[in-house]
Amino acid sequence: MINLNFISAEIFISVSIMFLLILGVFKKNSSSLIHNLSIGLLLITGILILNNYPDKSLTFFANSYIIDTLSSLMKIFTVIGGALVLSISKKYLKISNIFLIEYPILILCSILGMMVMISSNDLIVFYIGLELQSLALYVLASFNRDQLKSSESGLKYFVLSALSSGLLLYGCSLIYGFSESTNFNIIGNALKSTHYGLTFGIVFILVGLAFKISAVPFHMWAPDVYEGSPTSVTLFFATVPKVAALTVFIRFLYVPFINMIDQWQPIIIFLSIASMIFGAIAAIGQNNLKRLVAYSSIGHIGYTLAGLSVATNEGIQASIIYISIYMVMNLGLFSCLFMMKRNDQFFETIEDLSGLSKNHPILSLSFLVILFSLAGIPPLAGFFAKFYIFKSVIEQSMYFLAIVGLLSTVIAAFYYLKIIKVIYFDKEKEKYDTDHSTWLKVSLAISTLLILLYFIFPSKIVEIVSSVTII
Amino acid sequence: MNFPILSSLILLPTIGALFLLFSKDKNSNTAKYVALFTSFINFLISIYLWYLFDPSTSSFQFIEDRIWLEGFVNYKVGIDGISILFIVLTTFITPLCIISVNNTVKVRLRHFLIAILIMESLMIGVFCSLDLVVFYLFFEAGLIPMFLIIGIWGGTRRVYSAFKFFLYTLVGSVLMLVAIISIYWIAGTTDIIQLYELSLDIKYQNLLWLAFFSSFAVKTPMWPFHTWLPDAHVEAPTAGSVLLAAILLKMAGYGFIRFSLGLFPVASELFTPLIYILSLIAILYASLVALMQEDMKKLIAYSSVAHMGFVTLGIFTITQQGIEGSIIQMISHGLVSAALFLCVGVVYDRMHSRLINTYGGIVSVMPKYSILFMLFTLAALGLPGTSGFIGEFLVLMGAFKDNFLVAVIASLGVILGAAYMLWLYRRVVFGNLVNKDLLKIPDLDNSEKFILWSLAIPVLFLGFYPEPLINTIEVSVKDLIEMYNFNLNMYSQEVKK
Repeated sequence: MINLNFISAEIFISVSIMFLLILGVFKKNSSSLIHNLSIGLLLITGILILNNYPDKSLTFFANSYIIDTLSSLMKIFTVIGGALVLSISKKYLKISNIFLIEYPILILCSILGMMVMISSNDLIVFYIGLELQSLALYVLASFNRDQLKSSESGLKYFVLSALSSGLLLYGCSLIYGFSESTNFNIIGNALKSTHYGLTFGIVFILVGLAFKISAVPFHMWAPDVYEGSPTSVTLFFATVPKVAALTVFIRFLYVPFINMIDQWQPIIIFLSIASMIFGAIAAIGQNNLKRLVAYSSIGHIGYTLAGLSVATNEGIQASIIYISIYMVMNLGLFSCLFMMKRNDQFFETIEDLSGLSKNHPILSLSFLVILFSLAGIPPLAGFFAKFYIFKSVIEQSMYFLAIVGLLSTVIAAFYYLKIIKVIYFDKEKEKYDTDHSTWLKVSLAISTLLILLYFIFPSKIVEIVSSVTII
Repeated sequence: MNFPILSSLILLPTIGALFLLFSKDKNSNTAKYVALFTSFINFLISIYLWYLFDPSTSSFQFIEDRIWLEGFVNYKVGIDGISILFIVLTTFITPLCIISVNNTVKVRLRHFLIAILIMESLMIGVFCSLDLVVFYLFFEAGLIPMFLIIGIWGGTRRVYSAFKFFLYTLVGSVLMLVAIISIYWIAGTTDIIQLYELSLDIKYQNLLWLAFFSSFAVKTPMWPFHTWLPDAHVEAPTAGSVLLAAILLKMAGYGFIRFSLGLFPVASELFTPLIYILSLIAILYASLVALMQEDMKKLIAYSSVAHMGFVTLGIFTITQQGIEGSIIQMISHGLVSAALFLCVGVVYDRMHSRLINTYGGIVSVMPKYSILFMLFTLAALGLPGTSGFIGEFLVLMGAFKDNFLVAVIASLGVILGAAYMLWLYRRVVFGNLVNKDLLKIPDLDNSEKFILWSLAIPVLFLGFYPEPLINTIEVSVKDLIEMYNFNLNMYSQEVKK
């Protein structure tokens, strides 16, 4: 008899989705209720995961589903991220006229998909999770269907994502063909021989995954989709699916492919370097903040991949720390974006920030802290994120990767500084509205304080993450 | 003894800044008094620290050691004879900067004071951190307030200058970060005291030295990495220039002594010719460029480059006189360049021009100003009886001991220094009063008098009686050189084997 306690979170969230759908059908004008309920349900899911936090890895359903510290930790990140995204975007949705019952339900669906992805220990389970997540995301990207750009971004995302899923599936089939199993552990044991077919399979799978986390050269969809989607969805794109895809990346590299490290390490290093440099350079010319976030997220993914490429537990932990700090920074940044609103119209270009510091000193200060942190300037949290990554990279004597990475932070610093310049050095414009929801203010305050005061208690997060060991 | 005096020195200005952050904007005078009060208390604490300091030993004192990044980096601070002087210099200059904002900063005074106070915290942190990571943290964090000081309150080309300052320094520093992490993996610690005892493996030293050099050379600034400095100085508001010239540049000199000499003796010995050549070029080239400047602030900025050339030259002679001279030169330059920038600020506030040809003949309208300006001009060119003389003299003495030719060329720099400073003074102060607008300007007001005199007194005092400085640093410098030579001998024996 399987102990279902450990997968109670997944069961609970599935039941919640169905319940919310029925509720939405039978009760008119229930968008607000469903929105709030979803936040609550997500938090309960988080508590369920926390309650059943495993101290060793457990597998279910014929070894195809795994619960370990990595999966539980990452699930908590996704669930909390999802809840925060929902709670701070409520007002934005209302103003943009897309405050519908489907929105929170789709987010719940994609989170369920991510949870399945994170816990998968089998190619088929992984693929089911991935598709559930992606399908919900396609719809979310085009959620503001009256706007041309939103529909376009949804379609673009769908077409390109379908292509990458195809590559991924092809890779899976090659792996299956050569290792005679879809189970990660069995594949891991079978992959001791280096056969060309296996190498091709790994490459195809890595390409598919690189697409999902928008690593260069598979990043083309990101800027358009980020710009076109409603801002709240962009926030979701920039944070939560990245966590899930990173977990899958870790799982793939270190469970089934662990014996093929010579084959995939150069690929990951290349992806990492290309993403860091491209993300830094391409962002310089951007004027739209959402587009800029897209390029900056490409750069940040480069750093996380650098942590993955070193093949040590410290590297993986550094990547997890990086992605969690990155999530906090993005939440803060988007809270600022939600506050750039005048007469029910949102602004999203850099010029709109001109002279913000004169009229909104506190908001600009938060902006300043978040941007410097994204640029990785000490003593802010973003510095420590990079610090841990490079610590593990240099441990393996990968100096080239470290120096390229750090020099690209200098290039990246340039465009973050450019925004700060506009906020602080330029002439002021009209005031923005100040009637923000409490949730938005609280989330901005908390994320800013976390980033600013991280250096006082830097060991806490390391302690939490150090339980994650996979090699 | 157990009272964390260094941490409180670091924290106090930040607490003052927090207090200002949450106060109301209405009365800017209150903000100024709060800032002044905090920084003055900090000054008193640092003087008390100097009084408690025991100069008869070179080991680190007032050490605080707390677990910070677990199992990796400890928050460790402490001071020896070298760092205490820079801490006192920092706490001495900051209140003067705060007084000087009276006339220079017109907008957002409260925010300016917050930036200055945070800057003070970070600078003190740089000088007393005893762990490479902690040092890096303070060293880099200083970029944020300085970037804002130049960018928000600067002159017309402020954006360009602020960016240049930030990016130049950042490029240098990231390489240092790579080196710091590498040291952790090579030696297993980033604690400076332990690293001093361990002595790093010879095969890594050269690269590590270069990585540290890249950061310090930009910050010093050494030729050819100096181009950010004139821009930053010219565009920064007076108080910003003062902080930059008086303290920020000293971080690099301090870093050379503490890290390059202390951690990588073999590499330092190897690269000494490089430093000599760059320093000589800096001294001569910057002096010649200074001669041709039309802008007063730019002229003083280039003179800073030349003076810092003497400092790096002195440090790498590895002689008692050379290093002591460099430290005294840094302290003296901290006082004198601060005073010169303030002097420029005084006339700039009245005429809103930094061009030399705007002025001429102001001795007849501003006699008191002219006296003080002359004092600092003479101190800058190293006239005996001023602190500038002691520093340059000791540096040259050390250089003569080590390499005759280098010393002769460096002495030429002293002559050039006299030329550009005196010429500047002549063109601004003497001559016919051509510009009629000058007739209307008033002489020094009380606060300006107070600032300039409080800088003039130590300049003169140290010029006649440098004993307090030399007393404080003597033992530390001696032991540093001993350790350096000891390590060098050990390595050469290893090579022989």
